[in-house]
Amino acid sequence: MAIKRSLGEKIFDACNVIFLVLASLLVVIPVVHVIAGSFSSTQALIQNKVFLVPVDFNLDNYKLVIQNETFWETFKNSVLLVIVGTAINMVMTLVTAYPLSKSYLKGRKVFILAFVFTMIFHAPLIPSYILIRNLGLLDTFWALVVPPAIGMFNLIMCITFFRSLPEELFEAARVDGMGEYRILWKIAVPLSMPIVVTLLLFYAVNHWNSYFNALIYITDRKLYPLQLYLYHLLAEANAIDNYRGVNTLASLDTSPQGLQLATIVVATVPIVIIYPFLQKHFIKGAMLGSLKE
Amino acid sequence: MDRATPMPAMPEKNKSGLAGFLKFVVRHRALYIMLIPGLAYLIIFKYIPLAGSVIAFQDFNIFRGIWNSPWVGFKWFEQFFTYPQLRRLLFNTIIISFYQLIFAFPAPILLALLLNEVRKMAFKRTVQTIVYLPHFFSWTIVFGFTYMILSVQTGLLNSLIESLGFERINFLQKAEYFRTIIVGTGIWKETGWSAIIFLAALAGINPSLYEAAKIDGANRFRQLWHITLPGILPTIVIMLLLRIGNILDLGAEQIYMFLNELTYRTGDVLDTYTYRIGILGGQYSLTTAIGLFKSVVGFLLMVTANQLSKKITGEGLY
Repeated sequence: MAIKRSLGEKIFDACNVIFLVLASLLVVIPVVHVIAGSFSSTQALIQNKVFLVPVDFNLDNYKLVIQNETFWETFKNSVLLVIVGTAINMVMTLVTAYPLSKSYLKGRKVFILAFVFTMIFHAPLIPSYILIRNLGLLDTFWALVVPPAIGMFNLIMCITFFRSLPEELFEAARVDGMGEYRILWKIAVPLSMPIVVTLLLFYAVNHWNSYFNALIYITDRKLYPLQLYLYHLLAEANAIDNYRGVNTLASLDTSPQGLQLATIVVATVPIVIIYPFLQKHFIKGAMLGSLKE
Repeated sequence: MDRATPMPAMPEKNKSGLAGFLKFVVRHRALYIMLIPGLAYLIIFKYIPLAGSVIAFQDFNIFRGIWNSPWVGFKWFEQFFTYPQLRRLLFNTIIISFYQLIFAFPAPILLALLLNEVRKMAFKRTVQTIVYLPHFFSWTIVFGFTYMILSVQTGLLNSLIESLGFERINFLQKAEYFRTIIVGTGIWKETGWSAIIFLAALAGINPSLYEAAKIDGANRFRQLWHITLPGILPTIVIMLLLRIGNILDLGAEQIYMFLNELTYRTGDVLDTYTYRIGILGGQYSLTTAIGLFKSVVGFLLMVTANQLSKKITGEGLY
C-alpha cells in the first residue's frame, strides 16, 4: 500500500468519498421519506411537513392497512404466488437442467439451442395471450405460475453449474443402483446449493415484484396479487393528482396517501427481510449469469 | 419409471445412424424422460405462440381462429410504418432506449470505477449494500417513491421548488418530463446492481500490473487509463452489445406504471401500446405484427451484436 500520496490523489479520494456518499443518500432519502410519511398524520402529509422523520408519529396508516381487506386478500395471493410459482420454477428448472448438463447426452446441443433460441427470438405477447385464453387459463391463478415456469437465463445458469460437478460421482451412484431422479435430488442438488438458493431467490423475488403479467391475465379482483393492487392504488393517486391540478387543495378527510405509503412499506418488508440473503447469493448469481454455456 | 440405467455414463463410441441413436436413447431413457416436461413447456408456451405469430399476416378474429381468419399479407406492417400514431410508438421506443444507452449505460461503469478506488473496505461495503438494494424493489414501489418526490401536491421536489419561490411543476403529468423520469428512475434502480459485473471485471485485473506501473512512476490517473480501462473493456463491449440487442425492449413493468393519458405523446412505446390496443382493445393482428417486428429486429441485432462481440473481444453470448 502506497503511503505517500500526492495532493491530487488526496483530493480525488475526498471527492470520491463525497460522491459515493451523495449517491448513497440519493438512494436512501426517497426510501426514508416514504417510511417517515407512513408513520405521520394525514394532516402533516398534506401540509408537506414530513421530510425524513415522522411528524405526529402514529400508527394510524398501518391500522388502515391492517383493516384493509383488499390488502390482505392480495397479500395472501402474492404469498401463494411466490410459494407455488417458485416451487414450479425450481422443479422444472432443475429437472430440465440436469439431463442437459450431461455432455454425453445425444441431441443435447439441439435441445439447448431450442431453449436458447427463445431467449434471442421472443414470441410476441399477443399469441401467448391467445394461447393462455384458449387453454382456459385466463383469469386463473395458473396463468401467473405456468407460463413463466422456466426462466431461460436461469436454466442456462443451472446447466452451467451442474456441468462443473464431477461426473465420477454420478457414475459411482449409478453403480450403487441409484436412478437418475434420486441422483438429481440426493447428489446433484445438495452439491449445487449456491445455484439452487440463487435460483430460488431470483424466482421468488420475480414473482413477488411483477404486476404486468397479472395485469394481462387477471381481471378477477379476487385473484389480484399485491403488486397489481399497488399498481391500481398508485395509478389512481396519480390520476387524482392530475384531476386536482396545481392549485386546488387536497381534500382533507379522504386523503389515502398515508394508506398508500404504509402499503408500500409493508409490500417492501419481505424484500428487505431477505435482502441479506439476496445480497450474498445474488452477487454470485450475477457472476454466474455472466458465464456462458 | 426411473429404474436405474445400469450403464455407467461413459462417452459412447460414435455409432452413427438412427439405430445407434435409438439404442442410446433407450439406454439413457431416464434422462430423456426427465426432459419431457421441459420440452413440453418449451413447445407449448414458447414455440406455439411463435407459430401463432402468423396472425400478424391475417385479419385475425378470435371466434374464427387461426385456421379460418382471412390472410391480409403485410397490411398491418404497412400500417405500422405509415400511420403517424404508430410511427410515434417506434420513435418513442427508440429515443428512450437511446437515452438509456447514453445516460444509464455508463453510470454503473463509473460507479464501479469509483468504488474500486475506495480504500476503506467497510465504507465500500456499506455503499454497495445501499446501492444494490433498489434492484429488488418492484416498479410499483419505485413509482411510489418517485411519486413522493415529484407529485405536484406533496412531492419533496415541488416543496423545494415552491420554497424557492417558483411555481409547482406537475412532473408526472407532463409529456416533456416523461423520458427523463423513465431514464432517471432506471438509473436509480439499476445502477448499483449493474455495477457488480464491472466490479468483478475490475477484481480480475492482475495486481502486478499496478505494481509495475507504480514502479514506473505512473500515478493513479495514468493507471486508470492504461491498466484499469483496458482491463474492463471486454466486459463493457459485451454489455454494450447486449444492450443494443435489446434496444426495442423497454420494460413494460416500468413504463406502464409511469404512463398516463397525458404522457402518451412521449411515453407510449411498443409494449404499452400492445397491451392497451391488443389485449384491452382486441386488435390482435396489428399488435402481433408490432410484436413480431420487435422480435425480428431484436433477433437480428442480437445475432449481429454477438458476431461483432466475437470479433472484437473473442467472446460471444452463445
